[in-house]
Amino acid sequence: MSLLQIEKLTLSIGGSQILRSIDISIEPGEIMGLVGESGSGKSMTALSIMKLLPPGARAGGRVQFDGIDILSAPEAAMCRLRGDDIGMIFQEPMTALNPVKTIGQQVAEGIRWHTGANRADAESRARAMLERVGLPEKEFPLTRYPHELSGGQRQRVVIAIACALKPKLLIADEPTTALDVVLQRQILTLLRELVNESGMSLLLISHDLAVVAEMTDRLTIIRDGAVMEAGETVQILSRKTHPYTRQLAEASTHVPARVAISKPGAGPSAAPLLEVEGLTRDYPVRPAGLFARASRFRAVDHVSFSIFPGQSVALVGRSGCGKSTLARMILALDRPSSGSIRFMGQEIGGRSEEALRPARRNMQVVFQDPYGSFDPRHRVERLVAEPLHLADEKPGAARRRDLVAEALEQVGLSPLDIDKYPHEFSGGQRQRLAIARAIITRPKLIVADEPVSALDVSIRAQILDLFADLNDRLGVAYLFITHDLRVARAITDTVLVMHEGKIVETGPTEIVLDNPRSDAARALLAAAPDLGLTLRKRLAQDTG
Amino acid sequence: MTAYLLRRLAIAVATLFVASLVVFSVLEILPGDPARLMLGLNASPDALAALRTEMGLDRPLAARYLDWLGGMITGDFGRSLTYSSPVIDLVKERLAVSFPLALIALTLSTIIAIPVGVFAAARRGKAADTVAMGLAQVGVAVPNFWFALLLVYVFAVSLRLVPAGGFPGWGDSWASHWQALRALILPAISLALPQAAILARVTRSATVEVLGEDYIRTARAKGLPYRRVLWRHALRNAMIPVLTIMGLQFAFLLAGTIIIENVFYLPGLGRLIFQAISQRDLIVVEGVVMLLVASVILINLVVDICYTIVDPRLRGGR
Repeated sequence: MSLLQIEKLTLSIGGSQILRSIDISIEPGEIMGLVGESGSGKSMTALSIMKLLPPGARAGGRVQFDGIDILSAPEAAMCRLRGDDIGMIFQEPMTALNPVKTIGQQVAEGIRWHTGANRADAESRARAMLERVGLPEKEFPLTRYPHELSGGQRQRVVIAIACALKPKLLIADEPTTALDVVLQRQILTLLRELVNESGMSLLLISHDLAVVAEMTDRLTIIRDGAVMEAGETVQILSRKTHPYTRQLAEASTHVPARVAISKPGAGPSAAPLLEVEGLTRDYPVRPAGLFARASRFRAVDHVSFSIFPGQSVALVGRSGCGKSTLARMILALDRPSSGSIRFMGQEIGGRSEEALRPARRNMQVVFQDPYGSFDPRHRVERLVAEPLHLADEKPGAARRRDLVAEALEQVGLSPLDIDKYPHEFSGGQRQRLAIARAIITRPKLIVADEPVSALDVSIRAQILDLFADLNDRLGVAYLFITHDLRVARAITDTVLVMHEGKIVETGPTEIVLDNPRSDAARALLAAAPDLGLTLRKRLAQDTG
Repeated sequence: MTAYLLRRLAIAVATLFVASLVVFSVLEILPGDPARLMLGLNASPDALAALRTEMGLDRPLAARYLDWLGGMITGDFGRSLTYSSPVIDLVKERLAVSFPLALIALTLSTIIAIPVGVFAAARRGKAADTVAMGLAQVGVAVPNFWFALLLVYVFAVSLRLVPAGGFPGWGDSWASHWQALRALILPAISLALPQAAILARVTRSATVEVLGEDYIRTARAKGLPYRRVLWRHALRNAMIPVLTIMGLQFAFLLAGTIIIENVFYLPGLGRLIFQAISQRDLIVVEGVVMLLVASVILINLVVDICYTIVDPRLRGGR
């Protein structure tokens, strides 16, 4: 008999149908993957099992867990289930813990609540659990607060909370999406170990087919609140009989067709577009005590590299390695402690805002979050035209409208969108808007900070195509900051691997990613999930 | 932690110093002769000259400022002309009314506001929320002297439970303490109600925001009932804006209560300032303003310390 049996689950919130018909069954000890794009209803399915739905949600159908009918269970019975028999892990570790309570309190709280243990017993169990998830007492005493931990460490605390009472079912909703690949590998390994140790079932929700292919026994693919395909993971992903499965698989391994563009320094005479030399950035660290000496943290450490016109360069590295600080200095949003940045032959450092205008015009930026980077009260025309104030001659109103319309067309939006507001666009369309805003001044270089990591695989493939296309048509050079090697492989010629503030490896993307020489690059590659590789390995295991 | 507090303390002292400069120079900038201003147009030249000497107006500005500052540090705020007694004694006498009054009013308002705010936030959009916030709206809109008159009518005139006005002084015995406290009950309630209405709204909106946070969902996923999550996880996180408002309210309650003091014939700080201003007793005005500035700075310091108790992120290095 199944541990969890979901039959014809429907869910509507305020008149809009979120789930149409979801059927999932999970056996004890099984790892089930739930895959879908954003808005497909993955998280709502998970919250239905926990019965933690937003106010106004109406669920129908049947959810049977361990002989209990969840949808009709009273709240008191659900409180007994949650945290004891069903544990849950969430996507965003930075906000999942209460900032004003210690990690010890937060882990012990559920133990005390469910078992009635006294404080000392609960704390020693919490201690053991934190130990188990890789937070040893010496470095991570119970009295630590969440803000003293990194994202990966916080996610371990969340896992400790969810697994403290050895639940029968663990629900993990995109548990590694906000982490870099190395942390992702560690957290996935931890989850697998916990599942094996206690024989619990795991419902792993993800948008990443490679992760699911590696982790799960069976797979359910949903779209628009309905199941598209379900079955054995390896079979589904290797046969790809369902068109939607095929579409997802293709999108997640998509490599844009790129015209062979000017290789690094097309001809030895080509002058570099951007030259960074010996760039260093120190941050003062707040002294620990009143009389302690102020120390420094070196975020970027003597970095040197060049980007040539039309070249597409990837800057890869783990989170916190200094990628974003480096980008901010190149964009003249932060001042280097030492070293030089020359853009189009001119030094950027130490120039006034006015003197920076030509540089700013030729160097634009696309950020990660397509939701946060637009003022919701402005129309597209104003948003996209924003960088035009950098032009030496301000275009007139009619000319400005033409330029915006042209930029919109170039990124695959309609010129008719010009009077809309940002909320009228989807995430992918908003990222197109961000790109339109970046190309309106005809820049020579676009710095893109994780531009596709917030997007679904199919949208990601389209945006990567757009980047490749603009590179071909406009000859714009890119600096792609990413922790995702698939993105680097898809659209860059050269890769810079950054580790603890230093560039530890440089070279043509293909060569570096196929034969990494530095430890940092090897670690990144070893951790990166790869759909094709995983499937081949698992198929070999099954047959062999 | 200590570094944070010392920094706050240093800022407080610096603010106080700047405030003393401002208060002192405002008096100097006032057009005309302070002595003439204080004595009025019909003052005799002798009296004028005597006052000028007493105030030290014939001495250089810097020397006068330093004297004044030095006096205040040693507790000498000068002598009032109209009351012919030291300013510090006047203030002490008034603070004996105003400080307990402010404290009781703030306590009352907090006791009412926080449960109401949290309750409304927990039931947001439902009838209980609408009613609670409707009442809060009324509480903000209706002037406090009207409440005061209503309270006097019901509890003093009709029910005769408490005196309608006046203040008997704290006295020496428990019985006289009790009489003094009774005299402060109605004023404190009338001061507390509008403050409670504001505080309840702030508490509600802060709590509503916190309830949308991810960690609330984490706490619910542990199996904790909603109520427990509300009080154990949400409230403390919602306290920062509530503390800020409470600090502002206490500062207001110390000296901004002149209307209520008048309704209940209470000899409080608000009336002292008002009388000093209308009688041009600049020495009293100067002293009381400095004391109020000091108390506001002190309150802010206390609020800052409370922040660090509530939020570990503000404690800095461990």
